[in-house]
Amino acid sequence: MIKLSRRKFIRLLGATGTVSALGTLGVTLGGCSGKPGAGPRVVVVGGGFGGATCAKYLRRFNPSIQVTLVERNASFVTCPFSNTVLGGLQDMDSIQHSYDALRMQHGVKVLQDQVTAIDPAGNRVTLQGGGELEYDRLVVSPGIDFRWDSIEGLDESTSDTIPHAWKAGPQTITLRSQLETMADGGVVIIAPPDNPFRCPPGPYERASLIVNYLKTYKPRSKLLILDAKDKFSKQGLFMQAWEQLYPGMIEWVKGSDGGKIYRVDAANRTLHPEIGDPVTADVINFIPPQQAGAIVHAAGLVNADGWCPVDQRTFASTLQPNIHVIGDASIAGKMPKSGFAANSQAKVCAAAIVSELGGTAMPDPSYVNTCYSLVAPDYGISVAAVYRLQDGKIVKVEGSGGVSPMDVPAEYRRDEARYARGWYQSITQDAFG
Amino acid sequence: MLVSNTTFRGLLVALAIGLLTTLQVQADEISRATLLSISCAGCHGTDGKSPGSIPVIGGKSSDFIATALRQFSSGERAGTVMGRHATGYTDEEIQLIADYFAGR
Repeated sequence: MIKLSRRKFIRLLGATGTVSALGTLGVTLGGCSGKPGAGPRVVVVGGGFGGATCAKYLRRFNPSIQVTLVERNASFVTCPFSNTVLGGLQDMDSIQHSYDALRMQHGVKVLQDQVTAIDPAGNRVTLQGGGELEYDRLVVSPGIDFRWDSIEGLDESTSDTIPHAWKAGPQTITLRSQLETMADGGVVIIAPPDNPFRCPPGPYERASLIVNYLKTYKPRSKLLILDAKDKFSKQGLFMQAWEQLYPGMIEWVKGSDGGKIYRVDAANRTLHPEIGDPVTADVINFIPPQQAGAIVHAAGLVNADGWCPVDQRTFASTLQPNIHVIGDASIAGKMPKSGFAANSQAKVCAAAIVSELGGTAMPDPSYVNTCYSLVAPDYGISVAAVYRLQDGKIVKVEGSGGVSPMDVPAEYRRDEARYARGWYQSITQDAFG
Repeated sequence: MLVSNTTFRGLLVALAIGLLTTLQVQADEISRATLLSISCAGCHGTDGKSPGSIPVIGGKSSDFIATALRQFSSGERAGTVMGRHATGYTDEEIQLIADYFAGR
């Protein structure tokens, strides 16, 4: 039996003018429910690493699919490398990416708008700007939102005084300007949340790059990490580097030793830990506990913990039909909530959708995560893993993965810092280029 | 219009298949090699065309890529993160990935 792709089929028909003949027979080519001659419609909600990558790869796999990406912002500011902005090493422009390539090179229709409601039964979404979009498949990549009510005294407005800067953009600028304004000898607090949260090594890279700035410009200052957890990602590597690069400047307090905060007094820049006395600082970066981005909650896509359960092979929601959830919002087995993981999941999800719409079988997927952290401009460390599906769950391939080795020559750390920058260029190109 | 016999037969087959499908998109099947390899693009760039300091692998010979991956996996070749990746793939998968990027 000859296997003929739809693309080749159309090309063949087009070459001989047969399309019009088919048209008169009332045959539509490929529309599941779309207009005659048009391919199935996939709507992607959210233009971060997950959504942008998924939109691009859907079109790369099958250009007859009509892909609409709905994103509220005109461009995307990446959380990865936003810590270099906080540390004064890079500017905001360097972490900002437009959707031009998705539009011009990949034929994605990009709508600057916001989805206000998802109607799973009607296969459509409502837009804030008015109107609705119908879909054959919906991909939701909403990232995270904060659980403001989980900490006393915390709400969205307090982030003007004690920024989270855990969604890059205006919050990054707020925190940076507070650091610039702070006098030498000041105290900075970073308060990371309990698991699960976006970018597990992120708070500790942030501590490193802020102190790298303070060391040069405000050397009498200190940084305190009041952690909700008792351990953290790449902990041994970070702590070894801090001792070596920033002796006496960073103090980490674990959750059970008084790091866990139950109350925030934003006006007085004071944090109340569960154990011990309140702590006041000059600059506080409070990173609130998290859950899946707002849009999925009303659509019935989340479990009791506020995250989205999915078939980890296809990222199809296990709660609603024809909807896939990728990235930070999804429960993806052992994969961390990272931009890289979202990029990897987006490609698997795109392959699953294209295979399903085309009636072909998708081979077993493979997933990857690679996260670099800069401890200083020329000092990088990494964590990586390859993942497969086992009994329906994403698990690490045994023997693969792990973190950078301890006690290596400076040259190794320099190489990883260089690769961290190359990593950034590659992943942003793979998602937005 | 002049159409050769073979082309004409081909067209008929194509037409028949087209009408017999459920009118869904008939995509090229996504291969195992593709699904394995696209995850490399996160660091090595789309199609292995890295724009920065990470080595370009798209268009390198299959032999070059497979040898590097096997040496990273065995520890024979020193690297930073690649040893931790290469151990995640079987020898057969390494070959599929190498062939995929050689064709980019």
